[in-house]
Amino acid sequence: MAMDAAMIERLIKEGLPDAQVTIEDLRGDGDHYAAHVVSGAFRGKTRVQQHQMVYQALRGRMGNELHALALQTGAPED
Amino acid sequence: MDITVHERIRQDVADNPVVLYMKGSPVFPQCGFSAAVVQILSHLGVKFKGVDVLADPGIRQGIKEFSNWPTIPQLYVKGEFVGGCDIIREMYETGELQQILEQRGVPVRA
Repeated sequence: MAMDAAMIERLIKEGLPDAQVTIEDLRGDGDHYAAHVVSGAFRGKTRVQQHQMVYQALRGRMGNELHALALQTGAPED
Repeated sequence: MDITVHERIRQDVADNPVVLYMKGSPVFPQCGFSAAVVQILSHLGVKFKGVDVLADPGIRQGIKEFSNWPTIPQLYVKGEFVGGCDIIREMYETGELQQILEQRGVPVRA
């Protein structure tokens, strides 16, 4: 099952309103994405916690209709 | 969550220094993401227990709840969840993975 990039971006921004999100459709098949997410909410969090916050924003879709989303997260540089 | 599954996972990650929950076995991974983590661990000469979630639907669901992490593979070192494929790959590239393995007393090939 596929999910479009705009939908992924919208969900992430709903969960993390200040997030800068860059999404790449790796194979052009609407099923394998890479997302780079930068948010101030990530400050002081471990990578695991940062990814968990993104997964939470995706509200259960990760691992279901969203099969492959390679994640890279970080806090903005000051 | 199923209490028995929860207990089995807790026991497994307590009894084995390095546990990889994966699709397929370390010899025959059945997913590219699982294969990538197996390759990193093998490259580092790290001994680990592979748990094939495809062979056990209870564990497949249970591990996601246990770690609050929606995808497989999942790597545990000394009872603690370290990350999935992206994080492990990133940590390997920066040398952090080798560092935490050594810090926790897991021998790594130099």
